[in-house]
Amino acid sequence: MFRNIKMVGTKMIGGLLGWTESRSGAIGFVQPILMHRVPRDAKWWYVFGSASLMFFSIQVVTGILLATMYAPSAAEAYSSLQYIDQQVPFGWMLRALHAWSSNAMILMVVIHMSQVFLHASFKFPRELMWMVGVLLLFCTLALAFTGQIMRWDQDAYWGLGIGAAIVDRVPMLGNQMRNVMLGGPYIGGATLSRFFALHVFVLPGLTIALIGAHMALILKNGISEMPKPGMVVDPKTYVVEYEERIKKNGVPFMPDAAQHDMVFCGLMLIIVGVLAAYLGPVGPNGIPNPTIIDANPRPDYAFLWIFTAMALMPPQIETAVLLIAPPIVVMLLLGLPLISNRGERAPSRRPGAVLAYVLIATALGTLTWLGVVSAWSPVMDAWTSLPTPVKYLVGRTPLEMQGALVMQHSQCRNCHSLGGEGGLRGPNLDNVGSRKSWDQLVRQVQQGGGNMPAYGKNLSSAETTAVVAFMTTLRNAGAPESTIPGAMERQSSPDQAPTSVASEAGK
Amino acid sequence: MSCDCSNTPSNQPPSPSERRGVMLKLGIGLMGIGGAIASIPLIGYAITPALKKYKNSWIDLGGTADFPEGETRLGKFTNPNASPTDGASAEQAVWVRSYKPAQFQVFAVNCAHLGCPVKWFQQSKLFMCPCHGGVYYEDGSHASGPPPRGLFEYKWKIENGRLLIDAGRLPGLEQTV
Ligand code: FES
Repeated sequence: MFRNIKMVGTKMIGGLLGWTESRSGAIGFVQPILMHRVPRDAKWWYVFGSASLMFFSIQVVTGILLATMYAPSAAEAYSSLQYIDQQVPFGWMLRALHAWSSNAMILMVVIHMSQVFLHASFKFPRELMWMVGVLLLFCTLALAFTGQIMRWDQDAYWGLGIGAAIVDRVPMLGNQMRNVMLGGPYIGGATLSRFFALHVFVLPGLTIALIGAHMALILKNGISEMPKPGMVVDPKTYVVEYEERIKKNGVPFMPDAAQHDMVFCGLMLIIVGVLAAYLGPVGPNGIPNPTIIDANPRPDYAFLWIFTAMALMPPQIETAVLLIAPPIVVMLLLGLPLISNRGERAPSRRPGAVLAYVLIATALGTLTWLGVVSAWSPVMDAWTSLPTPVKYLVGRTPLEMQGALVMQHSQCRNCHSLGGEGGLRGPNLDNVGSRKSWDQLVRQVQQGGGNMPAYGKNLSSAETTAVVAFMTTLRNAGAPESTIPGAMERQSSPDQAPTSVASEAGK
Repeated sequence: MSCDCSNTPSNQPPSPSERRGVMLKLGIGLMGIGGAIASIPLIGYAITPALKKYKNSWIDLGGTADFPEGETRLGKFTNPNASPTDGASAEQAVWVRSYKPAQFQVFAVNCAHLGCPVKWFQQSKLFMCPCHGGVYYEDGSHASGPPPRGLFEYKWKIENGRLLIDAGRLPGLEQTV
C-alpha cells in the first residue's frame, strides 16, 4: 500500500516534469549551461564574478522591497527613508543591506576585473567579454551614484550640484546638458524623479541585459585557463587547442567549479549581512535644503578619489581634464583587448601590464584615502568646537592670551591644528614659534601666501600683534624662538614691531 | 509563433510580392516611418529641459533693512521654477553683503569651483568652502584654493525698500547667474 503511493507519487512527479520539459524545454536549456566544461584549475581565482552577480541579485531583491515603501518625490523622499528606518519592521536592515551590498558589489567587480586584467583573460577570443564587462563596471558605478541620489539628503543635493557644475563647463551645450540632467534650471523634484527612473528602470534593465550577454559569451568562448608562462595566445590556433585541452582536462561547472563559488558567495553574504546589521543604513544625512549652508557634502567611497582629484588638480587644467579625461579612460578600457589580444598571458611575462596595474591601483587607493582625510577642507566648526589647549595658555602674558583669543575667533583653527585638533589645510601651529620669526609671522598673517588668505584687512594691527605674540610662544619644549639671520632684533615693546615690519612689507 | 517558412507547403508558391521581397521592404519602410513619428514626442519629452527657455526674474529677498550695512547675511528665496514636488530643495540661498548705505553685493552660495555651499565667517571676513577648501574674501574675490574665479554675483535692485535679485538658474562656471 505504502509502496503503491510512493510509486504513484514518483510517477506523477516524473510525469509532471516530463510534461513541463516537453512544453518548455527548460531542462534542455539549463543543462548545458550548468554542465559546460571549465578548466580544472578554475578554482578560487574565479569566484569574484559569481560574487558580483550574487550581490547584484541582492540589490534587485532589496531594491524592489525598498521601492514598495520609498516615496520618490523630493518633498517626501527624506521622510519616507526615516519612516523606513524607524517604523517599518526590518526597514533599517533592508536599507543597510542595500547600501553595504552595493559597496560589496563594487568591490567584487573591481577585484574580478583586476584578476581578468592581471591574467590577461581578455585576450583572444574573449575581447567582447571584456568590453561587456567594462560596460557592466560603468553600470555598477552609475547605479551607485544614482543610488546615492535616492537618499535625497545633503550629500545627494550637493553631489548633484557638483555634477551639474561639471556638466555646466561643457562648451556651448553645457547649459542645455545640465538642464536635461537636472530636469530644469535648479535641483528639485524633477531631478529626483529622473534619477529614480535611471536607478530603478534604465540601469538595472541595462545591467541585466549586459549580464545576459556576459554569460552567453562565457558559454560561447569558455572560461580562460590559469595563465602559464610560455603558453601564448595565438588567434590562429587558440580555439582548437583550448577545446582539446578542455575536453581532456576540463570539469563540468556543476559541481566542480560551482562549489567554490558557493562557498565564497556564502561567506561574503554572511560578512555583508553581519556588517549591515552592525553598521546600519547609510544616511540620510541632513535635509536637502540648500539654505542650510552648514552642509559638509561627501561622496560615497567609490567616488572619493574623484573628490580628491578635484581638490588637488591645478585649477588651470581642471576643465580640460574634466571634459577630456573621461572619454579617454572609457576608450582605453574598452579598447584594451583590441590593443593587445595575443601573446603571453602570465603576469611574470607582462611586467608592463603589472606595473601599470600597480600604479593605477596605488593611485586610486591613495586618492581614496586622501579623500577620507580630506586635509584640504577647512574644519568649519573648529573655531567654536575646539578649545585652545590649556598647556598653551599657562604662563602667558595678557597680550599672548589675547592672541590666543584672536587665533580662536579668526577661525585660524579651521585650517590650522593646535594640540592635534583642527584643520589640516595649513601647517599645524604647535611649533610655529621656532619655525618662523616674529617678522615672518606678521608677514604671513597680513599678506597670506602659500594658499593662505591675507588677513591684513581683516585684523587690526593690535590683533595681529597679539596673535603673533601668541604664536611665538608656540614652541616644542626646548626649541628656541626663530629669528631670521641678520634681521632686526625684535623690539622689546611688541606694539612697535608690527609697525616696522608692516611698513617694510608694504615696500 | 511566426511562420517557419521552410515548412510552407510546397503547393502554395509565394506570391510575387513576397518573392521579390516587396513585402519585407514595405514592412521595414512602414516601421521606420512609424518609429520616426513615434520617437519625436519621446525624444522631445526626454530633452524638454534643453529646449525650454528658462527666464530669469526679479525675486524679492526682503526689505533692505534686513541687510544692515557692514554685514553679510544669508538671504533666502524660493526658486522661480519651483514645482510642488520640490519640497525643501526649492529653497535657495544667497549671501547679501551691504558695504555702504543702499549698496549691496549679492553672492551665490554655490562655490565657483564645483558648487558646494560656501559659508561666511564674520570674524575673519572670509567665505570658506567645505568641499575642496576654496576661500574667498568679503568682496567675493578669490583668496585661495581651487576655485578659478571669485564668487558668482547676482544683479540686484531696490524697489519700494525691497531688495530684488535677478535669478533663474543654479549658477555655474560657463553660465553664471
Ligand atoms: S566646490 Fe568649493 S572648493 Fe571645490
